[in-house]
Amino acid sequence: MKETPLSNCERRFLLRAIEEKKRLDGRQTYDYRNIRISFGTDYGCCIVELGKTRVLGQVSCELVSPKLNRATEGILFFNLELSQMAAPAFEPGRQSDLLVKLNRLMERCLRNSKCIDTESLCVVAGEKVWQIRVDLHLLNHDGNIIDAASIAAIVALCHFRRPDVSVQGDEVTLYTPEERDPVPLSIHHMPICVSFAFFQQGTYLLVDPNEREERVMDGLLVIAMNKHREICTIQSSGGIMLLKDQVLRCSKIAGVKVAEITELILKALENDQKVRKEGGKFGFAESIANQRITAFKMEKAPIDTSDVEEKAEEIIAEAEPPSEVVSTPVLWTPGTAQIGEGVENSWGDLEDSEKEDDEGGGDQAIILDGIKMDTGVEVSDIGSQGGPKHWKNGADAPIILSDSEEEEMIILEPDKNPKKIRTQTTSAKQEKAPSKKPVKRRKKKRAAN
Amino acid sequence: MAGLELLSDQGYRVDGRRAGELRKIQARMGVFAQADGSAYIEQGNTKALAVVYGPHEIRGSRARALPDRALVNCQYSSATFSTGERKRRPHGDRKSCEMGLQLRQTFEAAILTQLHPRSQIDIYVLQADGGTYAACVNAATLAVLDAGIPMRDFVCACSAGFVDGTALADLSHVEEAAGGPQLALALLPASGQIALLEMDARLHEDHLERVLEAAAQAARDVHTLLDRVVRQHVREASILLGD
Repeated sequence: MKETPLSNCERRFLLRAIEEKKRLDGRQTYDYRNIRISFGTDYGCCIVELGKTRVLGQVSCELVSPKLNRATEGILFFNLELSQMAAPAFEPGRQSDLLVKLNRLMERCLRNSKCIDTESLCVVAGEKVWQIRVDLHLLNHDGNIIDAASIAAIVALCHFRRPDVSVQGDEVTLYTPEERDPVPLSIHHMPICVSFAFFQQGTYLLVDPNEREERVMDGLLVIAMNKHREICTIQSSGGIMLLKDQVLRCSKIAGVKVAEITELILKALENDQKVRKEGGKFGFAESIANQRITAFKMEKAPIDTSDVEEKAEEIIAEAEPPSEVVSTPVLWTPGTAQIGEGVENSWGDLEDSEKEDDEGGGDQAIILDGIKMDTGVEVSDIGSQGGPKHWKNGADAPIILSDSEEEEMIILEPDKNPKKIRTQTTSAKQEKAPSKKPVKRRKKKRAAN
Repeated sequence: MAGLELLSDQGYRVDGRRAGELRKIQARMGVFAQADGSAYIEQGNTKALAVVYGPHEIRGSRARALPDRALVNCQYSSATFSTGERKRRPHGDRKSCEMGLQLRQTFEAAILTQLHPRSQIDIYVLQADGGTYAACVNAATLAVLDAGIPMRDFVCACSAGFVDGTALADLSHVEEAAGGPQLALALLPASGQIALLEMDARLHEDHLERVLEAAAQAARDVHTLLDRVVRQHVREASILLGD
């Protein structure tokens, strides 16, 4: 289905927030979301979660005959697929532009930078070489597919083990995993993509845009680097006009980020290696927490609450106390009443008494006078909720809910008004003993018209 | 290619150029009579042909029309005889699609699309000789100028590489095939803004600035040349019209 367009107010809100250097999820401009890497039971299978964006990577290998002009090199094949479960807008036929862009970027980043030693994939020159195939599937789209995909690809390649092969003269023996341990691929370096989103014609930039930020961005700059600070790929897209020093600055930031991510990847690989060796349980099933419903799993985001109390007190101190004035109803004709001019909302001080203005809705209104109110108990308004409540004369707190509507009806007459209708509500904050003032009961005339 | 020196001790490249020199550029505008604008450019051995139609009414689905801007549509096609081995698919494969997208992005930024709302501008580029993105962009710029579509500025592109500590400008096919880092840059010369930046293969971060600068300088040189071509063309056209 077609993508839901972003509303103008949301767009404006996002752009204003970015101008004030705020992001919706509380990150700073150069912060990445949490990266989680988990491995499957087979070698070469991994899931990378960048925030909520999830990419599954799977590496497989096959013996094939090599390309004619590169007889001694293995073949690398990359494929990124935008699965339909990733976003409602992804449909089998519809995604071509984005798909082409992402695939080409992945290819250039991983193949042209020669991160894998293809010569080592050769078995028999000119006849048999290994073809390594990396399949990436996007499982959930929450922005920044490129970064997640590049991490998934390189992690899967590092994790993968190919079957061992030995060549004796003309004989080629392919060993199964049971006969000989599978061999890891020889990887020179790990290129990782870092995306920079530009806003307002290049004035503001953010690292790792999430899906909303991607929708309002002007353009994207992707820099792929490895931890030796070598740039593997740069790609600017989206029609932004860059300046040279912006590019240089971004490359410096990318260097820092890549170092952090590479460390994370190495640690994750090490952990998995350890678990497998010690015979512990590994695989996707283990990395899903059993006690929680995965669909609603929320990651905790640390919030700084150190000065919340002071701020709250400040706000309360500076706030004006609610006005003591309670508007008196004005009777226009028998049976109808109007309270206030309908301009100011005075719900705050009418907590203990509800009045309906002139809707002939027939709800009952109750004045609660001098009640002793607990802070917790709230005599909530019944204005629009039916369910009459009333006070017994002279009673204290308890409220009896009764559905009976055949109570005595008092018709509001214009001349008798000031006495009967007047509400003398005391402020809700008074917590005195209930006064013995007669509690008036009042009902509106049912919609008689 | 082992044994091939890309940069000799005296500072000469394989084809005898110095590090910052461009290849010989020859360009001609108004090659086709039918199209609104067309241009042909030769950069060394790379030959590119660009044709522009527009602005005209949106073909195909009306829904794609943008209410305030023109739609720029680019298609890149590489002749089957252009590379060393005959290419089987001239267009529609991923590389051509990507090239088309990049051209589109470049020109959407450069053409004043606000002046032609609800219309479409088509740019078709045919490249003979597996050359580079740069020749395509230069040809397309000339073609768009020939068609009279208003643009912010020339869009000049050039490639650059890095060998032995020196930045090379305008890579030839041999230098590209050697596998060193290659940078393609599309520049609007007057403001110095980069419309598109693309880089492949490993380059250390410290060298990035030098390579960028070399590419930018080369793009500005290309601009001088293209400017001369355009003025020449206008002069010829006005002579023919008897002004």
